[in-house]
Amino acid sequence: MQSGDKTLANLALAGKYAVLLLLLAVFIGPFLWMVSIALRGSGSIYTFRLIPENPTLQNFADTWRIFGFAQAFFNSTIVAFAVVFLNVFLCSLTAYPLARLKFPGSEIIFFLILSTMMIPFQLYMIPLFLTCTKMGLYDSLIGVILPGSVAAFGIFLIKQHYHTIPKDLEEAARIDGAGEFAIWWRIMFPLTKPAVAALAIFIFVANWSNFIWPLIILDSQEKYTLPLAVAKLSGAFIDKTQYIAAGATIAVAPVIILFFFLQRFFIGGLTLGAVKG
Amino acid sequence: MKFSSSRTRQIALAYLFLLPAFVIIGLFQVYPMIQAFLFSFTDFSPLNPETSFIGLANFVELVQDPAFWLALKNTLLYLIVVPVIIVLSISLSLLVEPKIPFINFFRAGYYVPVVTMMVVVALVWKEIFNTDYGVLNYVLKKLGAIEEGIPWLTREHIALFTIMTVTIWKGLGYYMVMFIVGLRAISPDMLEAALIDGASRWQTLLHVKIPALWPTITLVSILSSISALQVFEEIFIMTSGQIGTATLVYEIYKKGFSMAYGGGMEMGYACAMGVVLFALVFGFSFFTVRTMGQYHTTGEN
Repeated sequence: MQSGDKTLANLALAGKYAVLLLLLAVFIGPFLWMVSIALRGSGSIYTFRLIPENPTLQNFADTWRIFGFAQAFFNSTIVAFAVVFLNVFLCSLTAYPLARLKFPGSEIIFFLILSTMMIPFQLYMIPLFLTCTKMGLYDSLIGVILPGSVAAFGIFLIKQHYHTIPKDLEEAARIDGAGEFAIWWRIMFPLTKPAVAALAIFIFVANWSNFIWPLIILDSQEKYTLPLAVAKLSGAFIDKTQYIAAGATIAVAPVIILFFFLQRFFIGGLTLGAVKG
Repeated sequence: MKFSSSRTRQIALAYLFLLPAFVIIGLFQVYPMIQAFLFSFTDFSPLNPETSFIGLANFVELVQDPAFWLALKNTLLYLIVVPVIIVLSISLSLLVEPKIPFINFFRAGYYVPVVTMMVVVALVWKEIFNTDYGVLNYVLKKLGAIEEGIPWLTREHIALFTIMTVTIWKGLGYYMVMFIVGLRAISPDMLEAALIDGASRWQTLLHVKIPALWPTITLVSILSSISALQVFEEIFIMTSGQIGTATLVYEIYKKGFSMAYGGGMEMGYACAMGVVLFALVFGFSFFTVRTMGQYHTTGEN
């Protein structure tokens, strides 16, 4: 009887792993298929083998060199790092007085900052486009970077984190005659590292993948970020599937690799997404 | 006297900290938001030599525009993804929540689509869904399930639903993690009490877990309906808004920027559509909080 229960339990567990593996195929399979197409030689495009017959890296080389993916990769890197840097710096800077300094209007200001999150970007992207164009930011990477350089939910997140830090540290520093800026930069900012890391990763992924804003504000191909380059490639080479697949693989590889190394921070950043919505 | 001057200094200092964010948020968010509402009452277009105030004319035109009605219908239809996402992501979280060997590996795998850009996801699925050369129809034919390829993305009334599956597929891992967090927060005492009372798994799920997850379900409803109402990239990549799949955001983009498919830089008109989108997003969030929040409190009584 006992062993019968055990067999049943083992069987149930085996069944569970079978389901888990099947689901893994559902979620990862399409990406494996993409890589498989990217590795195909020109002769074997319309075959349905997951492992290509004569795998080649030529498609990656062509996409990288001839179709501008080296440039797009560079542009995406610049944009993502700049937006991350600006957000980390500016969200922390803005959150500090809201969490720690007493001044008239602080609550209203915080409320107003939060309420900007309620407005869908697509409502105001047209006037934003006009503003940026007037400032001479059309078709420039700065035009991609600047509008997203302070995320309201980032301010919210860092502010919540500041509240968890005991006040003794800054009081001591204040008595020693440290200025507020020094207190923020030397004491408070380093103490919020976990929140900052989660924010940084979230912002990085969001901007690496951002499509609609670069689509609107950029024009010339040498300014394209990766999502635009991939979309453009798919429009230009409808029949050259292996190029599109190679470009798509180049575009997502950095984030997927980063994800497997920094999973903890990715999932930590999840709560940010919840706040952002 | 000294106190008040140091107080003034502190206030000035606080505003100095806030200044950079004020400038950026003001210039790139608040100002365009206000303009968006103002533009919706004008015939503004970069192609027009002058702009005039036309009152509600844009909205009157919207009501008479079949393209707008189709986009509105598709956008509301897209909300079908919300209940599907909730049911599937709860099921997924129940499956991967127990700590068994390698479970972290599976969870991470299911999360990969979440961190992958939609442009690529949409392109990969567009390839898979291809009527003649797509691997899905190939497999279905091999299995003998179909004789002719299904026009997943090339026939009206099918295409929009095909795109929905991609949206759901990409988002599931994200909502799964939210539900795992929710499940972890359920007190073990409650589950144990249910076990002692002889509740079956199904009863425990229905009477203990689901009520405990209700705040998460509400949050997921809000988040997924907001993103469903704003769907754009999937549509742009997979059908270019053709075959009856245009949504509100796609129409806003087309009318505001694109010169293709009958778009014409009619920015005032596009802003009017943006106002409708805003009303929908705001209305649905409000409605969800009201109805689902209500249920939660009565459920507890």
